[in-house]
Amino acid sequence: MNPLPLVAVAGSPNAGKSALFNALTGARQKVGNYPGVTVERHSGRLTLADGRPVELVDLPGAYSLEPASPDEAVTRDVLLGRQKGERQPDALVIVLDASNLDNHLRFALQLIELGLPTIIALNMVDLAKRDGLELDSKRLADELGVPVIETVAVRRRGIAELQAAVDDMLSAPFCGVHEHVKSDLIHLQRRAREIATAAVVSETPVRRWTHRLDAVLLHPVLGPIILAAIMFVMFQAVFAWSQVPVDWISSAVAWTSGQAATALPPGLLRSMVVDGAIAGVGAVITFLPQILILFFFILLLEGTGYMVRAAFLMDRVMHGVGLSGRAFIPLLSSFACAVPGIMATRTIDDPKDRLTTILVAPLMTCSARLPVYTLIIAAFIPNTRVAWGVGLQGLVMFGLYVTGIAGALLAALVLRRGVLKGSGGGFMMELPKYQWPPLKDLVIGILTRVQIFLKRAGTIILGTTIILWALASMPQAAPGQKQSDVSIAGKIGTAIEVVVKPIGFNHDISMALLPAMAAREVAVSSIATVYSIDSADEQSGATRLEDKLRHRWSLATALAFLAWFVFAPQCISTIAVTRRETNGWKWPLFMVTYLFALAYLAAGATYWIAVAAGL
Amino acid sequence: MNAPFQPEMTGLDRLKVGTRARVASVNWAALDEGEACRLRHFGFDEGVTVEPLHLGPFGRDPIAIRVGRMTVAIRRRHAGAIRVIPLKQ
Repeated sequence: MNPLPLVAVAGSPNAGKSALFNALTGARQKVGNYPGVTVERHSGRLTLADGRPVELVDLPGAYSLEPASPDEAVTRDVLLGRQKGERQPDALVIVLDASNLDNHLRFALQLIELGLPTIIALNMVDLAKRDGLELDSKRLADELGVPVIETVAVRRRGIAELQAAVDDMLSAPFCGVHEHVKSDLIHLQRRAREIATAAVVSETPVRRWTHRLDAVLLHPVLGPIILAAIMFVMFQAVFAWSQVPVDWISSAVAWTSGQAATALPPGLLRSMVVDGAIAGVGAVITFLPQILILFFFILLLEGTGYMVRAAFLMDRVMHGVGLSGRAFIPLLSSFACAVPGIMATRTIDDPKDRLTTILVAPLMTCSARLPVYTLIIAAFIPNTRVAWGVGLQGLVMFGLYVTGIAGALLAALVLRRGVLKGSGGGFMMELPKYQWPPLKDLVIGILTRVQIFLKRAGTIILGTTIILWALASMPQAAPGQKQSDVSIAGKIGTAIEVVVKPIGFNHDISMALLPAMAAREVAVSSIATVYSIDSADEQSGATRLEDKLRHRWSLATALAFLAWFVFAPQCISTIAVTRRETNGWKWPLFMVTYLFALAYLAAGATYWIAVAAGL
Repeated sequence: MNAPFQPEMTGLDRLKVGTRARVASVNWAALDEGEACRLRHFGFDEGVTVEPLHLGPFGRDPIAIRVGRMTVAIRRRHAGAIRVIPLKQ
């Protein structure tokens, strides 16, 4: 069978390439990786009017065919048919930002020189018009010698026309690709400006909206205040908005657990399903709403163009500890998960900047820590109000995030003075226009994350909880003995306990630390599993996990446990992605060592201080 | 660089916010290859009109600069490599 025709979508960053790709393919997308490099490959399927399918691949954003980053190198190599794991595209859709023609045209001219069948999508024509820029797309097509379709990807305008043009292009005979003709950049830039000038019908002052918003959002005093406020609202919302759906999910889990308990005969199987699978996975999916809300904010900030402004505001501070403002985005994404955060460091050009960012990224409080934090906070911190709209629990959570951030900045500073000494890299970024991201793109982004999370809950987390259940249930305790003392897990926990006892960790925590390496949130399900097995003989399976914790842990232990999780590299995926991104074991091992050392010290200090304070 | 002495010529880093200026020369040698490449991609070139729009809140660094219809942020140090002649307002 012949492979489907492959059409590549290329363009400069901020040209609305992804929105156009989403509009053309819908939610049926595949995200993979190019072999050997750490650049994501987004592909999807487009169905033409007559039902023929076409494979569409969204190339990484690039400013030119002379790469300044690994992403740009992939774009060049795919287009020249040199990229491993990708055939040469049969045709090309170039996305141009209509209001940024003179700049984006240079890249388009380079691409047209390749000789692939090409269509230009002149995107965001509405924004250009709003900015007082009227373009003659016919004239542009004449100058460039390729079809030009006006589109507004976020409103799906021009998408049908673009599909029809792709159809025409694929039906026409095609005579092979030229060698990459390397016209010199200056010449191309001048030609681009000529064409842009020719295509402009009328032009009045630019970017009024963006300009007005920037005057406030990038204001030297207001800007940082607004940024802090946005961050604060974001983390308060993670708590406040999630309460109701979290309650729904917990009651659904409790109901399932009850149904399973009555349906199954008492014995090992019932124990495995109820105490292992349902208790473990249930404890974790309860946190889905919070993860959703966090991702919603991150995607919204990214989609509106505010994320880059945040990088601008923070660059000097980041520079002070040897990072660049560009590190702000990967680090902020690490609040959701360090894995995509570390992958996002690819946009940092300077290798030492990038390595430092990777090494401190796990200190940003990822969403997998949320279940742990939420559980401990709900159990030990009273739900009182500190001020209007500010709860004590939210405040403690905010404090944990701040501690992580402070730890990351401090670690970066030390790393930059020590093992990663060297000149700081630069900070050069385009500040795109503000725009309201289409709901559809937000939904696609969130759904992809939910899928990943549920997949983890269904595989790694389910697997680990069942293994833990087995380790915790066997061998069976004789009457009068406590199950968690006899079991294999208990024995392992006892060995770990020797090391962590000085920092206030009890036997249950020691048992949870090992499986939590698989994924941090497993700590919660592990504790849930251990307690529900133990309580099976006490006939109190219905008590909430928070209440059980309150009976068994001291406040000092709980606080030490929180401090541990701020720093501990409790996640194999993070270690694996670090290995992949740094091409070796040296840096991941370094990362694990320094983070465990920090976690131990922080938990210890917290415990000792809390005990001294009489908590 | 042996440009004739021009009293009004200054570094882009010293230009006041809101002052439009024409790029007279770029000292590419003061930048490393990647930085030079990026600046070129952003369209910094002799003869282009630029205008500083915003300064970073801490140490007035980085600087947001309008180049053509694009706004880009670069560090003060890099802006210093770009020599400009302010335009009459």
